[in-house]
Amino acid sequence: MKNHKTIILSNQEIAPGYYRMRILAPEYQQLATPGQFVMFRVQHTFLPLLRRPFGIFRVGFMPADCDAMPEKEFIEIIYKVVGSGTEIMQELHQGDRIELLGPLGRGFETGDPAEEKILVGGGIGLVPLYMLAEKLVQTSKVRLLMGGRTRDDIITVTEFERLGVETYVSTEDGSLGEQGLVTSVLEQKLAAQPKAAVFACGPMPMIDAVQKICAGYSTSLQVSLEALMACGVGACLGCVVKGAGHSDAEPRYLCSCKQGPVFRAEQLDWSRLEQQDSVCGGCD
Amino acid sequence: MAEQTEVVSKRPQMAVEIAGIKLKNPVMPASGTFGYGEEYAPYLDLNQLGAIVTKGLSLKPKAGNNTPRICETVSGMLNAIGLQNVGIDAFIADKMPFLQQIDAPVIVNFFGNTQEEYAEVAARLDDLPGVAGLEMNISCPNVKQGGIVFGTEARAAQDVVSLVRKRTDKPLIVKLSPNVTDIRVLARAVEDAGADAISLINTLTGMAVDVKTRKPRLANTIGGLSGPAIRPVAVRLVHQVVQAVKLPVIGIGGIARAIDALEFLIVGATAVQVGTANFVDPNAMQTVIDGLEEFCQNEGIADINELIGSLKQ
Ligand SMILES: Cc1cc2nc3c(=O)[nH]c(=O)nc-3n(C[C@H](O)[C@H](O)[C@H](O)COP(=O)(O)OP(=O)(O)OC[C@H]3O[C@@H](n4cnc5c(N)ncnc54)[C@H](O)[C@@H]3O)c2cc1C
Ligand SMILES: Cc1cc2nc3c(=O)[nH]c(=O)nc-3n(C[C@H](O)[C@H](O)[C@H](O)COP(=O)(O)O)c2cc1C
Ligand code: FES
Repeated sequence: MKNHKTIILSNQEIAPGYYRMRILAPEYQQLATPGQFVMFRVQHTFLPLLRRPFGIFRVGFMPADCDAMPEKEFIEIIYKVVGSGTEIMQELHQGDRIELLGPLGRGFETGDPAEEKILVGGGIGLVPLYMLAEKLVQTSKVRLLMGGRTRDDIITVTEFERLGVETYVSTEDGSLGEQGLVTSVLEQKLAAQPKAAVFACGPMPMIDAVQKICAGYSTSLQVSLEALMACGVGACLGCVVKGAGHSDAEPRYLCSCKQGPVFRAEQLDWSRLEQQDSVCGGCD
Repeated sequence: MAEQTEVVSKRPQMAVEIAGIKLKNPVMPASGTFGYGEEYAPYLDLNQLGAIVTKGLSLKPKAGNNTPRICETVSGMLNAIGLQNVGIDAFIADKMPFLQQIDAPVIVNFFGNTQEEYAEVAARLDDLPGVAGLEMNISCPNVKQGGIVFGTEARAAQDVVSLVRKRTDKPLIVKLSPNVTDIRVLARAVEDAGADAISLINTLTGMAVDVKTRKPRLANTIGGLSGPAIRPVAVRLVHQVVQAVKLPVIGIGGIARAIDALEFLIVGATAVQVGTANFVDPNAMQTVIDGLEEFCQNEGIADINELIGSLKQ
């Protein structure tokens, strides 16, 4: 865990509205585990103020520019342009200076190698699953079920295929792969073989549906959640989610940035994950 | 000539003192933005800080509010964390051992929902070794008095501070809410009640709306605004309080760089707290400390205390 003042090595649009950024990141090869994230400081001014969290897509090395120089260690992030911060990010170029805090959070547990591994990704939620796939293919059979609204939301699937991952694609409009929701493919797979380990990341309705399906087959599930974050290190308590057994009398909040962003399904209170009611008069 | 060079290169004296607490420099974190210190230990040397201020502590663990709890605004953020904290027993068992190893005074921020709760927490902290001082957050609703915030009414503030004063001999810093008509009235009330120092400002109440869903951005609807956006308001309030009371003042609000901290020192704050800026840059406080020292050196100021209250008309 470090704050690196570093530079961008490349920043390219890979699909409409999706960018892939490579950033010089010493030590990440050794430190980063699948499912972890970084807090990216977009500008050196205070507008936008907070850092933006992004999953680590992959860690790698670039050959040295010159014989006597060391190889360049980098990370890649893939981001979708959605607001003020990512709008600035899409304008950044090779050589621009940025700050990177990380690697942060708890990633995925790989579990029993004998089990089949099923990765479920929805749109940009695919990002943290790539590093996981790289690791899992070494010991286990790995499938990726990838869903999106249209073909533009289906990114980097061929890279998973190159790892030896069997991939299934579905889109809601049928513009690529099967038409429908990725969760119905999951349902079919688990009906045939419930003894598997499922790893999911994507929009909350997808994660919710995945949880219901996995619970139905008693299949183990880990999910990576997105939460609003200010600090990324466990200090502000802005990013909490409700843990299993949570009640007003005995609250069990889990910190997404520190105890997550990856959780085992049984750690969470699924009935209240999205419920929002208020208890206090506006104190910090 | 040789003598002059020596004077210029000599490092300025950076230590200040607040209510008997000796700080090696005037920079410390603002409560709630620095956890219990350990969260930031990988990123900066805690021993370099003037002091450490911990997350608001209550007698019992507190759950906090529902999510979303935070939202970014223009050069600022709103939060309604709801004072989630581990409670005093877990604080003593799990957090104090780490804090005690740090070579910086530990100031424990605390609050209650009734006068009695405030007094009880203060009494428990009073015997605790390794606690250099207490910072009392009075921006909390008094549940026994229809939820009126202690810190917005001079009478309520004075009563609760007087009660706490009786229960602790530790240096007592009272942290004021800016959400009042005349801050000077509140400052005088807590001075009369026996506070040893005043810190301000806590967050300004605010609200933001998601125009697509037409819902408030915070689950709690209302939250506290912090960050660079609030700095001019904070400087003004610190200025007014310094004029109104004899107590030393700690300036808080939107500090991210040395020049921000300097504004507060010049209007008369003896020390400053850095809050939201820690989220943006975990090394922010070290940057402020280094920048203050550099400023003194460049301006030929031998002792940072010379700057405090040096505002010219
Ligand atoms: C652990 C984690 C990993 C993530 N990984 C990726 C990734 O690999 N690729 C990707 O494209 N996005 C990822 N996100 C979401 C990403 O952080 C947001 O899309 C981004 O912060 C939006 O910033 P903005 O300034 O463009 O949007 P704005 O809406 O202008 O942002 C305003 C504020 O809301 C926050 N915010 C907005 N949307 C989200 C969101 N979905 N999740 C969390 N905070 C949000 C911003 O950080 C900022 O503080 C991840 C989020 C988390 C928590
Ligand atoms: C996430 C968050 C949590 C906070 N928690 C507390 C708290 O527990 N007790 C307290 O007295 N102030 C709390 N504050 C207020 C800060 O200590 C500080 O007064 C305020 O943020 C203004 O300073 P800043 O602009 O530098 O952040 C909190 C602020 C934030 C942003
Ligand atoms: S983002 Fe601050 S505690 Fe998680």
